[in-house]
Amino acid sequence: MTKSRVFWAVVAPTAAIFTSLLFTYIILKIRGVDPIEMFRLMISYGFDPRNLVSELNQTVAYYMAGVAAAIGFKMLLFNIGIDGQYRMGAFFGAVVGAAVSLPPILHVLVIILTAMLAGGAWAAIAGYLKVRRGVSEVISNIMLNFIAAALIAFLLSPSIFGILPEGTQVLQTRSIPASGRMPTIKAFDGEIYTFLFLAIFVGVSYWIMLNKTVFGFNLRATGLSFRAARSSGVNAPGMIFVTTVLSGAIAGLVGIGTLLSDTHNYSMAFPSGYAFTGLALALLGRNHPVGIFFAAFLWSFLERTAPVLEFEGVPPEIIIVLQGTIVLSIVVAYELVSRINLRQQQRAVGSVSAEVIDKDSKSVKETK
Amino acid sequence: MKSTDTKSTKKLTMRAKTFFRSPARITLFIAGIFFIISFVELLTGATDISSPGTSGATLRLATPLLMAGLGGLWAERAGVINIGLEGMMIVGTWTAAWFGYLHGPYVGILAAAVFGLASGLFHAILTVKIGIDQAVSGLAINLIAAGAARYLSGIFFPPVGGDRTVSPPVESMPKFNIPFVAPFFKSIDEKEIFLVSNVSGLIYGVTTDLSVMTVALLLLVPLTSWILWRSKFGLRMRFCGENPMAAESLGINVYRTRYIAISISGMFASLGGAYLAIVASSVYREGQTGGRGFIGLATVIFGNWRPSGVFAGSILFGFTDALRLRQSESVMALIMVVGIASLLLAIFYSVSRNWKLGGTYFAMALFALWINQRVEVIPQEFVTAFPYFATLIVLTLLAQRLTPPAMVGLPFKRGSE
Repeated sequence: MTKSRVFWAVVAPTAAIFTSLLFTYIILKIRGVDPIEMFRLMISYGFDPRNLVSELNQTVAYYMAGVAAAIGFKMLLFNIGIDGQYRMGAFFGAVVGAAVSLPPILHVLVIILTAMLAGGAWAAIAGYLKVRRGVSEVISNIMLNFIAAALIAFLLSPSIFGILPEGTQVLQTRSIPASGRMPTIKAFDGEIYTFLFLAIFVGVSYWIMLNKTVFGFNLRATGLSFRAARSSGVNAPGMIFVTTVLSGAIAGLVGIGTLLSDTHNYSMAFPSGYAFTGLALALLGRNHPVGIFFAAFLWSFLERTAPVLEFEGVPPEIIIVLQGTIVLSIVVAYELVSRINLRQQQRAVGSVSAEVIDKDSKSVKETK
Repeated sequence: MKSTDTKSTKKLTMRAKTFFRSPARITLFIAGIFFIISFVELLTGATDISSPGTSGATLRLATPLLMAGLGGLWAERAGVINIGLEGMMIVGTWTAAWFGYLHGPYVGILAAAVFGLASGLFHAILTVKIGIDQAVSGLAINLIAAGAARYLSGIFFPPVGGDRTVSPPVESMPKFNIPFVAPFFKSIDEKEIFLVSNVSGLIYGVTTDLSVMTVALLLLVPLTSWILWRSKFGLRMRFCGENPMAAESLGINVYRTRYIAISISGMFASLGGAYLAIVASSVYREGQTGGRGFIGLATVIFGNWRPSGVFAGSILFGFTDALRLRQSESVMALIMVVGIASLLLAIFYSVSRNWKLGGTYFAMALFALWINQRVEVIPQEFVTAFPYFATLIVLTLLAQRLTPPAMVGLPFKRGSE
């Protein structure tokens, strides 16, 4: 039973990725380029050490988004507000980091805590609406993403927090002083963000929190059945609220690696679109900390190698279609697998009960 | 004491209800608002709130929102939430521009309708037949549509005189003025009589330079209304949204009904996209939809899952967008209108001794006054975010009064309990 479960847990994502690759193969074939040659080029480019470093840095950002989404998923919450929470976290982290002056390590800690607080507070709005007003978190988070984008665009105007350095067109916050920056590790002509270790720490504590603590047990119980958890004494609405805030706090960390090790300020050039990526990675990695890591690496690998396609006259946006297809096929694959499992269970239960009925009728006959 | 209190509030809400039910009184209400608008315009000199240009622009900006909203309404009334509206709009803009460039605007619109129908059907197969999470499916459609449009633009547009992000221009559609009505109101608008000219300016704005497509799409509002509340199919569709198990047990084919509803949802959203590419501008441009699919989703909530409500919501959001694009001082004047209106409502409720509502409106009036005195210009960003903000406020304050379809967003499998 468990054996077949593990088997399907590996087969489903593999099959999904394979389907998507096949799909891309066909599209590339239609375009008139040799797909196998293309994939070979992409792989050799992507595993070039210099590119690996920047892929790793991007993986870390995606990983945080994936973990944030996974915490929500464990509670059957669809945290599509990661985009807004990440923006709030990175922006307020940058503003506070530039405003205070503290000794080195403390400074970094303050920035990280601010980012978590900002992300968590932004998520708390959706959590409150969900628990107290019964508003679907999907709808409220979509609205909150747009509002966060507008709010930050407003706060970045030169009269408030923003500055416009000479010779650039991009509004940004003031730079964080050296005491509030995180060091980088030099490797293969690149620099690995030390934020990586924090990400590993978050991944490990996510696993421990979920599997080894009472809080994690309550969380999973509420996710599996709201009513059952509530009747066994878990404060289920409270759990929903806390989980939302926790997910938002992790989402607030998404941009911190880039902020503290690379740009040192928040600007309009910070990327968006983390919401869907986070959800996709959590789905792909089955909410498991290691699975999410591999999914995040796959994502940043694809994005890093997309320019290779351009040299051959293929618009690189095909990667976006490929990502979307991967997500859809993975979800469809899980759905089909769960149906197969259900049918097997039903059959097993059916054959056992048939035997029992058989025995019963025999014994009834014998007594007669 | 307490019982009489609740009685009086009950009476008041009853009175408010009957007040808004009678068409004559609604007309009176709108006339009142117009009176305040004309008054404020006279006072501040921000003449753009009721100028013909603004009302025309409002209609042009509201139509795509309306189509996205109606699309969302069709899907949600059948019990499936459609977050892929944005992607389906992108499908519409791209296909309308490409086929419009090849064979003229009418073929472009037809192509957008067909491909939109197909994208809706895709969402239906994923969510109804296979039964994956509705939000995941919608988001994936957004991503795939955006990626595919950019990929195909890169291949198709550069060889024919377009750009990697912009299509070659599409022939425009015929425009017309409504005879007799438009010139008549134009002449009144030019005389600058208080109140009368403002109203006629607005009517003049929406009756000139009308595109055939605008009129055709506006007719879909009463049509949707009729189908949903007067036809057999509409009754079944709403039943599927409220209680699919019961619907199934009464012999309704829930799957088929949902297939049809979601396909039409995709078609409507895609037509909204086609409108953007053919009528509002004459090219496909990357990022042209600009989150309008999500605003459409917001209008569904704002309009309390009713076609007329969706219409009102999209007009409101289109109006704020038009003001933002044309003259930012008008937004300030509009806040003054809101302030005066809430002051009047505060007086009305205080006279009928409903202190709670009266106080709320009074606070609102004070807030509007404060903004008016303290803030010089409302930042563009707030006006952009207004639809989302308004929807969130409605969800927060009026969540109990909203009546969404009971089973919207929840999975349903044939034969389940």
